[in-house]
Amino acid sequence: MTSLLTADNLLLRAGHRTLCSGLSLKVEQGQCWGLLGKNGAGKTSLLHTLAGLRKPAEGTVLLGETPLAALRPAQIAEKIGLLLQESVDALPSTVLETALLGRHPHTKGRLFDDAEDLAIAYEALSKLGIESLAPRTVDSLSGGERQRLALAMLLAQRPRLLLLDEPSNHLDLGFQTPLINLLLSQANGSQRKTAPPSDNVSSGAAVIMATHDINLAARVCDNIVLMIGDGETLVGNALDVLTEDNLGKAYDCPIARVKHEGRTLFYPL
Amino acid sequence: MSQLQPFRLLLFALLAAFTSVLVSLLSGSVELSFDDLIAYAVGDIPALQRQVLEEIRFPRTLAAFVTGAALALAGVLMQVLLRNPLADPYILGLSGGAAVGALASIMLGLGGWWLSGTAFVGALVSVGVVFGIASRSGRWSTTHLLLTGVVVSAGWGALINLMLSTSASASVQGMLFWLMGDLSQSRVGLLQVGILITGAALALRAARSLNVLVRGDLVAASLGVHVNGLRLSLFFGASLLTVIAVTTAGSVGFVGLVVPHMLRLTGARDHRLLIPFSLIAGGTFLVVADTLARTLLAPQQLPVGVITALIGVPSFIVILRNAASK
Repeated sequence: MTSLLTADNLLLRAGHRTLCSGLSLKVEQGQCWGLLGKNGAGKTSLLHTLAGLRKPAEGTVLLGETPLAALRPAQIAEKIGLLLQESVDALPSTVLETALLGRHPHTKGRLFDDAEDLAIAYEALSKLGIESLAPRTVDSLSGGERQRLALAMLLAQRPRLLLLDEPSNHLDLGFQTPLINLLLSQANGSQRKTAPPSDNVSSGAAVIMATHDINLAARVCDNIVLMIGDGETLVGNALDVLTEDNLGKAYDCPIARVKHEGRTLFYPL
Repeated sequence: MSQLQPFRLLLFALLAAFTSVLVSLLSGSVELSFDDLIAYAVGDIPALQRQVLEEIRFPRTLAAFVTGAALALAGVLMQVLLRNPLADPYILGLSGGAAVGALASIMLGLGGWWLSGTAFVGALVSVGVVFGIASRSGRWSTTHLLLTGVVVSAGWGALINLMLSTSASASVQGMLFWLMGDLSQSRVGLLQVGILITGAALALRAARSLNVLVRGDLVAASLGVHVNGLRLSLFFGASLLTVIAVTTAGSVGFVGLVVPHMLRLTGARDHRLLIPFSLIAGGTFLVVADTLARTLLAPQQLPVGVITALIGVPSFIVILRNAASK
C-alpha cells in the first residue's frame, strides 16, 4: 500500500535560515503526526510545504504517488485540507456560508450549492457543536467559536489528509482530545461522498498538526517531527523523540518528563 | 438568505430597474408620455418625439445604466482584490490618471472623442504604473497594492490641482463637471456594452472562487483556488470596467463604493448574488441619479456625481443603522 503523503529529503529555507534539511517522512492512513518546535522554528512553513502552498528549496512531497508540483491546486485541495492559524473577515459572511466554502474543491465549476453540500456543511457544524450559530455573521463570533468554524470548514472539505496549524488554539481543554479523534475519523470523504463517515479512529484519514502544546502532542500523536533549529529535525515515534534531552535542546529550556497514572506528562523547569 | 428569497428579490430589482429606465426616458425638457413610448414601439410617432427618444433619451439612459453597472461591479471586484471594505473602483488611482488625460484635452480645447481618448490613455498609464510598481516588488499583498494605489492617486491629484489652477476660468467649469461625473455628453456603444456583459459573465463564473478569496489568499489557495491568476484577473477586470465608466461619464463617485455595501448590508454577501444584484442596482442607481440631475433644476443640468452622493449618503446611513440594529 502506498503512503498517503511522502516527504523526501526536504530542505526549507526562510531568508538565510535553514528551517529543516534532509527531512523525510511517510504518513500512513489513520496516523496522527505532531510538529513541535520553538516559535519561528518553521512548523507553519513545513505545514504549508506539505500542503503544496510553498515550494521546498530541495526535495519532493508526494501525494500518494504523484508529486505535489505536478498537481493542480484544485486536485490537491480534494485530498489535503489545511487549518490556518488566523482567519480574515474584512467582509464577513455567515457561519453557514463559511462552512460551505469547504465544499469548494468538490464543486467542479458548479455555481450553486446542492442539497448534498448543504447537508455536509450542516453535519460539519453540528459535529463541532456550532450548528445553532449557522445564521450568525462571522465577525460576531468569539475566538473559540471561530476556531470551531474553521474546523467545520475543514470537515466539510472532507480531505484525506488534515494539516492543522495550532488546532487547539482558543479551544476548551476538554474538547481537544475528542476533536483530534473526530478529525482522524474523517473517512475517505471525497470518495464516499454520500455515506456518512464512520466514527472509529482506524479509517482512512491522517492528521499532521503543528502545536506548541507538548502534552497534547504526546497524548494524541503517534509520530513526532521535532524541529530543533539550524535545520536539524528529529523524526520518529512520539515517546522516542520526546525525551528530556531532545526537548531541552529544541526549546532552549530544561523540560521534565514524568509518568503519572499511566500518562506521560511534560512541564518546563 | 433563504433559497427562495433571492429570486423574489431579483424580480423586484429588475422591476425597479425597468421603472427607473421608463421614468428616465419620459423625463426631460420635451414632454413625453407613456403613450409616446408605445407609439414608438409600433412605429407610429411624430418626428420630434422620435428624434428626442432616439438621439437623446435612449443613448443617455443606456450610458447611465452601463456606467453605473460597470462601476458597481468594479467596486465589488476591487473590494475582493484588496479585501478591504473601503475599496472603490478609483482606489488604485485609475480615475486620477483618466482625469489628467481628460483635463489635458479640455485645456487644449479639444472635445468629443479626444476627451474620452485622452482619459483612456491616462487611465491605462495609471493602471500600468500601479501594476509595474506592485509586481516589480514581487509582492501582491493587499496592503502593498493599496498603498501603491493611494500614492499614485495622490500624484495624480497634485497634477489635477495644478491643471485646475493654471487653466483659463472658462474651461474650469467643464473640468469640474468631468471630475464630478457628468452624463450630458455620454454615449456608449457595442464596445462598452460588450465589455460589461463579458466582465459580468466572467465575474459570475468566478463568483464561488471570489467567496473563498475574500477569506484570505492562503485559505483560497488551500481550497484549490489559483490565487495569483484570480487576483491578476480581478485587477485587470476591475480596471477595464472602471475605464469604460470614466471614459463615458468622468469620475462619478459613490456608486462603486456604496452600491456593493448597501447590498452586502441587506444580506447579499455571497458573490453569486452580489454580482448580479450590483449590476442591476448600480445601473438603476445611476439612471435615477441622472434623471434627477437633469430635471431638478431644469433647464440647468447638475453633474450626476453630486446627485449620487446626495441621495447615496442618506440611504446608506439608513441601511447601516437598520443592519446594526438587527
